[in-house]
Amino acid sequence: MIGAGIVKGMAVTARNFIGSYFEKDRLTTVQYPEQRDEIAENYRNFPFLVYDGNDPGPAGLRCTSCKICEKECPPQCIFIIQDRDEKGKALKHPKVFDIDISVCMGCQICVEVCPFESIKMDKRFELSGTDRFKALLLHKADLAKSNDYYHQIRPTEAAAVDAALAEAAAKKKAKAA
Amino acid sequence: MTRVIDGLDQIFVIAKAFLLSLLAWAPDWVVQVVSSFVNIAAVLGVFLVLFALISVFERKILARIQNRYGPNRVGPWGLLQPAADGIKMLVKEDIVPGGADKAVHFLAPIAMVAPAILALGVIPYGRNMTAFSIDAGILFFFAVGSATELAVFMAGWSSNNKYSMLGAMRAIAQMVSYELPLVVTVLPVVMIAGSLSPDRIVDAQSGYLLEIIPKWFVLTPWGAAAFLLFFTAGLVESNRTPFDLPEGESELVAGHMTEYSGFKYATFFMAEYFGMFAVNGMAVTLFLGGWHAPCAFLQFIPSWIWFFSKLSVLLFTCIWIRGTLPRVRIDQTMKLAWTFMLPMAFTCVISAAVWHFNSGGILGWVESLLIVALVYAGLSQMLGARKHLSVRTYRFAE
Repeated sequence: MIGAGIVKGMAVTARNFIGSYFEKDRLTTVQYPEQRDEIAENYRNFPFLVYDGNDPGPAGLRCTSCKICEKECPPQCIFIIQDRDEKGKALKHPKVFDIDISVCMGCQICVEVCPFESIKMDKRFELSGTDRFKALLLHKADLAKSNDYYHQIRPTEAAAVDAALAEAAAKKKAKAA
Repeated sequence: MTRVIDGLDQIFVIAKAFLLSLLAWAPDWVVQVVSSFVNIAAVLGVFLVLFALISVFERKILARIQNRYGPNRVGPWGLLQPAADGIKMLVKEDIVPGGADKAVHFLAPIAMVAPAILALGVIPYGRNMTAFSIDAGILFFFAVGSATELAVFMAGWSSNNKYSMLGAMRAIAQMVSYELPLVVTVLPVVMIAGSLSPDRIVDAQSGYLLEIIPKWFVLTPWGAAAFLLFFTAGLVESNRTPFDLPEGESELVAGHMTEYSGFKYATFFMAEYFGMFAVNGMAVTLFLGGWHAPCAFLQFIPSWIWFFSKLSVLLFTCIWIRGTLPRVRIDQTMKLAWTFMLPMAFTCVISAAVWHFNSGGILGWVESLLIVALVYAGLSQMLGARKHLSVRTYRFAE
């Protein structure tokens, strides 16, 4: 019979239409600014720099300005200038550490090559700004975040990193002694 | 009590009479002109509000069919969405293509919306509430309605764009094809009511059987069939899914509206919705008893509320169909028009004649039902017969 299939289809859509008002689990949309979905632990977008304790300065920041990440970065979004003392001697600390997140592609290669567990991937995704050049160029001050923050966003990985660092420190101490 | 009910029923008629009574000092022709303008303003105002409402409710209903929320950001429950859309449309740049025929390109949206508004004028929205009451209202409705085809072709031709042109040609082809079943399905109603005036047709559907069953034409076998055919043809005439292939965005960008932007595009959009209101309003008038209440004891509710609730049900069905059916191909559209809709439309005429010949008694009811059912079953059998394709054998490839 002509039209039998149409009636069948209309019944399906009617069931969905009415069901969406009575069955809560049908509406899976998360109403974003008010409601937030939990972000997966391994979600990543842009890199940040880790510092130990409460000091984002030369003593706390793990980065030694070795520039491996700058060289490895495929889209070349990392820019580093090494710090120097008054006599011009190179210090193990970056003077400038910029990441242009409009260029960064989130590949995590910088994290993989870093020998000092200094650069890690962040989860902060609400990055829109009013200036399309300055707002997306992150400087050292914007990038530096505490180890506690790292533990907060990815606890498993941070615990493993801390354990590895402690082990390396213990080995070094044993060797020296 | 009856006075209150009558007053509510006639509230707009009384309001207009009061407005005109303020003009008692003026000469007759001034009163006439003002009276026409009041009617025009009322029709435009009501349908512009309805257009704004349906543009948000359509999106909400479609969303619910797909288990989403739909627009809910602008204002309470997203009800101010049309205001945001309207402002967006108005401030957009109005682009006219370099190779376009400027005058025709400018006139097409106007030529599109004017007939749709004119067609809305002859529909009785309530007791004594026809904006433009003429004897041959049905004829006027279809004469004016077919003028939109010219506007569509104006838009398609003047844009100087292949997608516009193809969309316009498709629109013309399907609109002309479906004009025939659309008009033929009206014939039985005109035959039974004996008039081309929408007001008389509504009057012919007054009265109740046993106080609860209305004498609407849709409740007769020929009327039910004619109503379904009219509604389907109306979907085609107003370019609604599943017959929206003149603007099928997957193949033709937006058909004849491709080269329109900003307010002109909004005008096309509005004309399409006005056409949908007009066709569905006409379906209510012809088959669903116009402004009559469905039961005798529900007559205390004003007549215009009944008309607009029936119209809303039909509009909801249009949206529901849009949420259900995918777009058909142009050859399928044409095949449906000429091999199914047209024979069924003529069957309705014959069936109504038989019904009328038996003066609408039980015998007439059974006979007309039998005619419609037989032709429907026969056509289903013929058109539904699958072509038996044999397995193709390759002589050289293997």
